[in-house]
Amino acid sequence: MGLGSKSQLLSKIATNDKHGENSPYFDGWKAYDKDPFHPTKNPQGIIQMGLAENQLCFDLVEEWIRNNPKASICTPEGVNQFRDVAIFQDYHGLPEFRNAVARFMSKIRGGRVTFDPDRILMSGGATGANELIMFCLADPGDAFLVPTPYYPAFNRDLSWRTGIQIIPFHTDSSNNFKITREALEAAYNKAQQENINVKGLIITNPSNPLGCTVDTETLKSLVSFINEKSIHLVCDEIYSATVFSSPSFVSVSEVIQEMECNRDLIHIVYSLSKDMGFPGFRVGIVYSYNDGVVSCGRKMSSFGLVSSQTQHLLAAMLSDEKFMGKYLAESSRRLGKRFNIFTEGVEKVGITCLPSNAGLFCWMNLRSLLKEKTFEGEMQLWRVIINDVKLNVSPGSSFHCVEPGWFRVCFANMDEETVEIALKRIREFVGKETEKPVKVKRWQRNLRLSFSSRRFDETVMSPHGIMSPHSPIPHSPLVKAT
Amino acid sequence: MRLIVPLQGVVQGRGGLLLGSLIPCALFYFLQLYLKRNRSSDSSVDPPSPTGSSSNLTELQRSSSRSHLSRDGSIGRIRVSSLASSLAEPNDSPYYIGLEKVSEDPYDRFNNPNGIIQLGLSENKLSFDLIEKWISENLNQSLIGNDVTLNINAIATYQPCDGLKECKEAVSNFMSQMMGGSVNFDPSNIVLTSGATSAIEMLSFCLADQGNALLVPTPYYPGFDRDVRWRTGVDLIPIHCRSADNFSLTITALEQAFTQARKQGVKVRGILISNPSNPVGSLLSRRMLYYLLEFAREKNIHIISDEIFAGSIYGSEKFVSFAEILDSEDFDKDRVHIIYGLSKDLSLPGFRVGVIYSFNNNILSAAKKLSRFSSVSAPVQQLVTSMLSDERFILEYIEINKNRIRQIHDEFEARLSQLGIECARSSAGFYCWADMSGLIQPHSEKGELDLWDKFLNLAKINITPGSACHCIEPGWFRICFTTLTLEDIPLIIERIRKVVETCKSSA
Repeated sequence: MGLGSKSQLLSKIATNDKHGENSPYFDGWKAYDKDPFHPTKNPQGIIQMGLAENQLCFDLVEEWIRNNPKASICTPEGVNQFRDVAIFQDYHGLPEFRNAVARFMSKIRGGRVTFDPDRILMSGGATGANELIMFCLADPGDAFLVPTPYYPAFNRDLSWRTGIQIIPFHTDSSNNFKITREALEAAYNKAQQENINVKGLIITNPSNPLGCTVDTETLKSLVSFINEKSIHLVCDEIYSATVFSSPSFVSVSEVIQEMECNRDLIHIVYSLSKDMGFPGFRVGIVYSYNDGVVSCGRKMSSFGLVSSQTQHLLAAMLSDEKFMGKYLAESSRRLGKRFNIFTEGVEKVGITCLPSNAGLFCWMNLRSLLKEKTFEGEMQLWRVIINDVKLNVSPGSSFHCVEPGWFRVCFANMDEETVEIALKRIREFVGKETEKPVKVKRWQRNLRLSFSSRRFDETVMSPHGIMSPHSPIPHSPLVKAT
Repeated sequence: MRLIVPLQGVVQGRGGLLLGSLIPCALFYFLQLYLKRNRSSDSSVDPPSPTGSSSNLTELQRSSSRSHLSRDGSIGRIRVSSLASSLAEPNDSPYYIGLEKVSEDPYDRFNNPNGIIQLGLSENKLSFDLIEKWISENLNQSLIGNDVTLNINAIATYQPCDGLKECKEAVSNFMSQMMGGSVNFDPSNIVLTSGATSAIEMLSFCLADQGNALLVPTPYYPGFDRDVRWRTGVDLIPIHCRSADNFSLTITALEQAFTQARKQGVKVRGILISNPSNPVGSLLSRRMLYYLLEFAREKNIHIISDEIFAGSIYGSEKFVSFAEILDSEDFDKDRVHIIYGLSKDLSLPGFRVGVIYSFNNNILSAAKKLSRFSSVSAPVQQLVTSMLSDERFILEYIEINKNRIRQIHDEFEARLSQLGIECARSSAGFYCWADMSGLIQPHSEKGELDLWDKFLNLAKINITPGSACHCIEPGWFRICFTTLTLEDIPLIIERIRKVVETCKSSA
């Protein structure tokens, strides 16, 4: 017994495609889900390099949890807290949790700024946080300016249920994708002419997908711009502790200490999904300097409260100053090392990435590999990378980049062996594409191949392999066997 | 037209017509220019203003859906959203005011015996000991214990946003057990959300557009106003139920409300019911469930059934879930959606575990995408999966918990009755729906709120007045008793008695 029209029964939100899941950004994930790489069970599978996840420091976290049984309500030492924690659903959040988050955020910024725990709001991950701040700042039909390239899911997070529009303004490689005042002003003025009500500007700092921190000068310029126009500035700083080399991270919270600014316009979005590698815990934070937004946002946080069990655990972990200091330093070091291994690895085959100092990915320049310097060419290349090279990377067009040929490649969600496999695949592919044997430029100290799959080793030694007949490096089968 | 005709008199024929159309346009253009200039000069003035004290806010009506908000949304001079403007003001609902007052001065038997006793939040504190015992005995299976094989990678990383498969299976089993084993719930029809609050909002987003409405029988849970209306722009239209019917939904009232809505040009997309009812605690009869299904089919609308108290039945009446009927009968399943969660039956509101259970694949697909905004935390899913998979424990828990609720309920209602306060007939939930209409003066919402105020500030008890639940008859109050022990009851009754006597002596 069918209904008249089944889709008529659903709302517009439920049936439109503003959830953005039809973007190639997500297509790659779907392809990965069908054929996921596994070192032993599926070594020919697709390696996931499209998910910005930080798995480098789980050992430190596991050790801490084992050594701190009281932080969990599921241990004999901690179970006496169970009932108070289980019943706690106050949208203010556990005070210890908010205090710990405020201190942690301050620590990441070198103690140069302090955060007021009463301004901390919870939400369902950074996804929920971005949506929540939009609900608080803009009405349906209002607009927010966003510099490209930007995180694809902003379309969903900022505009799906809120009904606001995103107005992108562009950056490009001519100045390493820095935000320029000219581009921003032009976009703002154009919107004004079209009678679009621009409510604010949202940036990610450090940037996703560029992996660069925004420099102080640019930040100051942005703050003065929004102040002048009396529009809001939302800074998504969820990668703030993933900085691994200079320049160090400068937060908007520091910049406003040094300049005249209406603080009611400044809002920060944060999360533990990237810095701590805890996306599964769903910890999203909104920090606003605007009292009205705090009041409204706090009530709205009922729709995405952080589970009290998580709050309780993290309150203890984040307040452990010694551990957090050690964690931040070690995490930064490991990220830097991973970044170097990866970028040096691809440089050997002439592939460069945008110079970057943060994030869990690099912004890779594959323009030279495009058959046509168009977005169709980029899509073609991307399909080849997914289906033949078997790497899920994210094409620049899904980030709304104006120049074809750029790809975001994540490297922090895998172990070292998998990185090596990925590098190998890239090197082979480039060798094939450029139709010349790839010269290995320097001794690869860290090429310790420990694969258990013999099959893979054979591919390495195939005629299309990376070794040039003229290579000075003696790669005998004996070396491979270690 | 008004301008054209006289102008035609002045300048004959077409000239008049031309002027008559040009002049209003010109006037309009200049008006726009004037407004635009004023607006831009406005926004460049920017002294930050203190919050909440701006006179703008006190003028704002407590409004329902966003479509009714016509203000430009401003707090101070900074323009935020209209929604934020209305929400930023202090909440004037007694439901929320009461909750806040308790948090400022909470009763504690030893540390603060003169504090305010919380009887306004339907929480169940009766059976934590059972859960704590289970945890102590089953550590190696629950998350983040002392287990040396703890694998944080498995829990900290990104998970499917609508819930882990194992968790959904455990939850669907639990739901079956909660509903007496008479229904089979299919885990693939589940989307897990961060609390039932999110689940209700998500369904509202999926089933209705801005400006549409859901019908809801009164009295209803005050939180529905937030969950359905705030961010969705969907309105709630009350179906008034009366004490003569024990506040049960009647066919007449339902049809009347639907027709009325249609006359006003409001598109009704569904009916939202809570069954067992909050705040009354009654159950919908099987007959009414059938009727609702027929009605929904005829009007082509949805049914959202909030069954979150399904496992907290203490009366002898049997609870019938919509799922049970749809399991056995050939009704159109696509329009029924069930809300559930672990906040009530398992007393874990802090963990944020809500459930959308639907037979409609389109809804499930949309809800899955929306759950990205409110997913259940992975460690919680692990804990819950372990706990709910222990069927023996769950069955034991359900039984003991029900008995404890029944015990407190019976004792409390009996003592209230001794004071002359009768309650509506109820078989479930954590509260009784008490008739204090004889104590209020005048017999109106004002009288009711005066009494509520006496309870809160003199007797120091927070209870929920019927007006906060949109009850059409004044004088009814929801009193939650599951945060009490039997030993607490005399103290509470004593405090209530004082208020009762005050009212009787002033009458």
